[in-house]
Amino acid sequence: MTGTTVNDRITQEITENPVVLYMKGTPMFPQCGFSAAVVQVLSDLGVKFKGIDVTVDPSLREGIKQFTNWPTIPQLYVKGEFVGGCDIVREMAASGELQTMLRDKGVLAA
Amino acid sequence: MTIREGMERKLAGALAPQSLEIIDQSHRHAGHAGANPQGESHFHVQIVSQAFAGKSRVERQRMVHAVLADELSGRVHALTLATLTPEEAAALRPA
Repeated sequence: MTGTTVNDRITQEITENPVVLYMKGTPMFPQCGFSAAVVQVLSDLGVKFKGIDVTVDPSLREGIKQFTNWPTIPQLYVKGEFVGGCDIVREMAASGELQTMLRDKGVLAA
Repeated sequence: MTIREGMERKLAGALAPQSLEIIDQSHRHAGHAGANPQGESHFHVQIVSQAFAGKSRVERQRMVHAVLADELSGRVHALTLATLTPEEAAALRPA
């Protein structure tokens, strides 16, 4: 991975994995209430996702904020597109928009 | 001027809100990573503004982030947002 920039790594992750959550901690052991809330929403819906712990890599922790132009963690990506942080994911799940979007993108069974 | 007052002034100036509520939730996060012993590190902001009309959720939050860029790169560790247009806020109110 020598020479690979943080942006390249992020692009690769969100391209190769349909649903990616940049978070603090891991899906099993979230280290922040906001990250835990998004993990809970995705788990309740039965969505498979890749959790990436930004706390283990300071360059990623800053890099993802720059990449997305979003100042906070967690950040949810679906099919390479930024969906939002904790507030947005929770609002969308409550209104059903998240489920619709995930079905439309083929990451949740219809 | 407290951090909360500063944010209130900036948001009021930039987004002409119909209503603006800033709640300091730092006490709920005391001792957590990112919490400042002096408080004013975790906030919830609810803004109702016509400026959000026609904007996506992500666009709305980015508008707020831009106004509060200094705070977010400094003292403020966590910011939860509810961004509504006056029409959306009216629809939420009990009839």
